[in-house]
Amino acid sequence: MMKLNRIINDPNLVVEDAIEGYVAAHPELFAKTDHERVLKYPSIPQQGKVGIVTGGGSGHEPAFLGYVGKNMVDAVAIGEIFSSPTAGAFLDAMKAADGGAGVACLYGNYAGDNMNVKMAVKKAAAAGITVKTVVANDDVASAPIDEKEKRRGVAGEILMWKVGGAAAAAGYDLDGVIAVAQKAIDNCRSIGVGLSSCIIPAVGHPNFNIDNGMMEVGIGHHGEPGINVVPLQPAKEMAETMLEPILKEGLFESGSEVVVLVSGLGATPTMELYIYYAEVDRILKEKGVKVHRSYVGNYFTSLEMMGVTLSMMKLDDELKKLVDAPVHSLGMVQG
Amino acid sequence: MSEVIVIKNGVDIVDDLINVIVSNRDYLSEIDGAIGDGDHGINMAKGFNICKTRIDGKQLTLSEALAELSDSLMEGIGGSMGPLYGCIFTGWSDSVQGKTELTKEDVQAMLANGMSELQDISPAQKGDKCLVDTLFPAVESFAQAVKEEKTFKEALNIMKDAAAKGRDSTKDLVAKIGRASRLGERSKGVLDAGATSCCLLVTQLADSLEAKMN
Repeated sequence: MMKLNRIINDPNLVVEDAIEGYVAAHPELFAKTDHERVLKYPSIPQQGKVGIVTGGGSGHEPAFLGYVGKNMVDAVAIGEIFSSPTAGAFLDAMKAADGGAGVACLYGNYAGDNMNVKMAVKKAAAAGITVKTVVANDDVASAPIDEKEKRRGVAGEILMWKVGGAAAAAGYDLDGVIAVAQKAIDNCRSIGVGLSSCIIPAVGHPNFNIDNGMMEVGIGHHGEPGINVVPLQPAKEMAETMLEPILKEGLFESGSEVVVLVSGLGATPTMELYIYYAEVDRILKEKGVKVHRSYVGNYFTSLEMMGVTLSMMKLDDELKKLVDAPVHSLGMVQG
Repeated sequence: MSEVIVIKNGVDIVDDLINVIVSNRDYLSEIDGAIGDGDHGINMAKGFNICKTRIDGKQLTLSEALAELSDSLMEGIGGSMGPLYGCIFTGWSDSVQGKTELTKEDVQAMLANGMSELQDISPAQKGDKCLVDTLFPAVESFAQAVKEEKTFKEALNIMKDAAAKGRDSTKDLVAKIGRASRLGERSKGVLDAGATSCCLLVTQLADSLEAKMN
């Protein structure tokens, strides 16, 4: 196997070793639990507050653990690279987050996560904890609109956690948190473009291939193939190419207010994310869509993949208030 | 040759299952690399090795040993394969609880229960290009062989053939479930890694049971 130029100890223990670093660097945000793959916000559980839980495969940092914090996610289940956490990890995260008012498990639509969460919810019920779920499916490239239930959850999940976490902090009950988190993701559309592949350290070679000078439109967070592979475009055209399938669904009509989240996939220089954002902002202005708030940075990555994702959430008064609420987490600080 | 298999230590059978997965670690990852992450063998071997450390040198019933395997996968690897195989082995384990002797009817019930536990958590169907394409024909063919009053050994061999055919059938299928389903037509032309590992396991189970007949 080719030697990888990586800052690691053992390719089979990257998740374990990274967790140690997160906890050591940010003790104000992360507390360990009895489960080595579950971290929680230190002051959790909070009696009477709905607990917010998420989880997913590693390699997407700062997702998922980076959204544990004040007014956002309370406990997180951490999986292997690109692989769902175990049912036991989801269950222990639910137990850690439960303050007696029930738990909202807000996660992304992947086969493994669906199965493990389903088993965890069943076991949590047996332990007397009420858990309700919202499954994010914001990726427009992963299935047509009439098969929306098949769509993957991608960076729109962050906006779902933001809204759900703010609602729980504001005293919403479990059904209220679930309803508003569902509304957040229903109002959200995302798409990604990949310019290069990534390497899972334990695998040791690229996960897939994108030829130099080409880009894959609609790529997934694990390198799942997109809609098509086309010659690389300048940022201006890339923004148009990506906005087209999002806008054609008719959700973001002229006059609507939106949140825009642009994320790098791990290897994208931040400067280029802003070059891209300027183009998105310009096109939205031309269409009469008002950007209420924007996030630009590495919010939801795919190891060292080069590329960018675009997520947009349409706002109403309730979503606007929750999106604007203060938050303090590794991945998002506001107010 | 006896139509009743005596299982003195269930660890023997599970050990064989562990060995077949661990020794095919790189092969399974390579198959997975064509349309998946390329980590199927890595994850499976990791889970099966966890089981190895838990049962090594122990004296367990087959049911207890299978339960250890199920726990090792469900709690050790997660992903999709943890719950899928975990549920299959839970079904097997529950079905043979307290048994130290197995008839072909016992094996039939065990296989059927694994299938039913799997169906509780996964909507996967035959033709989706996944481990079900191996498992379901294997289980059905064994039941059919028992119904036709084939010998235990014949039924095991019929099951092995059905598993191999099922595995091979995935080559021309378009994936309808899991991550490979995003590839559409591009998922054609290669074996499914889950169907391949399932074939290794079903075949090994048959061989291990047959070895105990003699």
